[in-house]
Amino acid sequence: MTSEAAAVDRVFRSEFGRAVALLARVLGDIGLAEDAVQDAYVAALRRWPADGVPDNPRAWIVAVARNRAIDRLRRDRVLERHTEELTRRAEDEMNRYDESADDDTIPDERLRLIFTCCHPALATEAQVALTLRLVAGLTVPEIARALLAAEPTIAQRLVRAKHKVRAAGIPVRVPPDDQLTDRLASTLAVVYLIFNEGYVATSGPQLRRDDLAGEAIRLGRVISTLMPDEPEATGLLALMLLQHSRRDARTDAEGEVVLIGRQDRAQWHNDEIAEGVALTERALRMTRTPGRYALEAAIAAVHAQAATAEDTDWWQIAALYEMLLRVSPSPMAALSRSVAVSMAQGPAAGLALADTIAAEGSLAHSHLLHATRADMLGRLGRSQEAAAAYRTAIEQAGNEAERRLLQRKLADLPEPSQPRTTR
Amino acid sequence: MQYVLLIYRDPAAAEGMSEEDGRAMMAEYFEYTEGLRRSGAYVSGEPLESVQTATTVRQRDGQQVISDGPFAETREVLGGFYVLECDSLDQALEHAGRCPGARYGSIEVRPVMVMPATA
Repeated sequence: MTSEAAAVDRVFRSEFGRAVALLARVLGDIGLAEDAVQDAYVAALRRWPADGVPDNPRAWIVAVARNRAIDRLRRDRVLERHTEELTRRAEDEMNRYDESADDDTIPDERLRLIFTCCHPALATEAQVALTLRLVAGLTVPEIARALLAAEPTIAQRLVRAKHKVRAAGIPVRVPPDDQLTDRLASTLAVVYLIFNEGYVATSGPQLRRDDLAGEAIRLGRVISTLMPDEPEATGLLALMLLQHSRRDARTDAEGEVVLIGRQDRAQWHNDEIAEGVALTERALRMTRTPGRYALEAAIAAVHAQAATAEDTDWWQIAALYEMLLRVSPSPMAALSRSVAVSMAQGPAAGLALADTIAAEGSLAHSHLLHATRADMLGRLGRSQEAAAAYRTAIEQAGNEAERRLLQRKLADLPEPSQPRTTR
Repeated sequence: MQYVLLIYRDPAAAEGMSEEDGRAMMAEYFEYTEGLRRSGAYVSGEPLESVQTATTVRQRDGQQVISDGPFAETREVLGGFYVLECDSLDQALEHAGRCPGARYGSIEVRPVMVMPATA
């Protein structure tokens, strides 16, 4: 790729979502908006290498995309009935944003677009693909790579999703107040899902795909910037930053998993931790009843602020998990609480909690439950039971790196005749 | 744009309903329909006779094939419908959520296809 083409790519990557969002609002059609911005990209590839990158690329993209959208509207005979009115509306609206417009006069409409892409009438996988394509500006091959899916699968998923948005009349807007809490929660869930897909690849040989986690953080930043008074939007951004700050320490040079207790904390990104901690504090100050993301961020912040693993304040983490379980009960949070309790009070107390979760049954197929029990049993010197639990965990782990870690732990178990006395 | 709310319900549950509960449900539907009319969304709507009265028609190789009932046995069957005029899917979903059928069974919300204008 030439350096000029790379410059075009860079600018479009950061401006794509804003341009699509603005056009989608004016045109009322996300597909048309996407096509128009794509047209502007093609035009930029042709013109920028010769003319140079415009002083205000955002305004340039919006102006060119607007013109292309109007061309497309005029050309499209199926839409003939709507063309006159739509074209007039688009022209009226967008004459305000000509090439000389500065950034502040072009409104940021991405919030509407995000809520549209994450509308509950769309299937989760469609929400994820649409958000990555339209808001984050990833190309179809990039999305396919990130989600470990075939390109035609993603392309078809996007076509279907855009068709449903148009045909079913899913509005391009921020939901009214009475729906906002629920809709924001499901929208944040999509962003967190994207993050987690990048944080731990659920299948395949590699543990993580940083690009996707980075995109999720960008999306989280957009939402929290545009909704500064929503504690959970801030909480989610804080949580993602804190988790992502540990990315370089989570695997060793051979690609093997390193758990938080053994990570080289010098590899943690301190700037991201500082921002994550500050955002966590802000999210917690915003409300007397913090939500799940703010609480999970607070837990991550306690980990991040411990100078060494031994300095971790497990009592505080256990207390935060108790609060989390009240706000957002889940077997996974209960399991994490059992780990925190085992570190604060000893493995017997932790195992009692983990056994309750095992008896309840919903995590029977999660390798994490079995790995957690195995660890606690090992610490109690019950090596035979620990080995059996590790074997079950290995069978159920979906990720090669995680499986290898569990195999190492199984191999490290002492002989049953020599119980370990670590706490 | 127009949406159809397709009201699905398990017929066994409907049969097991007491006369009193049946009357209460009818009253809910009257009130709901009245609300739809007042809001201006109401276009049309009808309850349907039971699925045992249904007849399925297929045209195959120039032959009309008539069979009793719907072919596939599903637990929930279509029991009635409304056609509504709404500004967006969100509004249609709001109306659907208030429909008594949403509590007794489920509501499928489908946009009415807009046919291209013929010249």
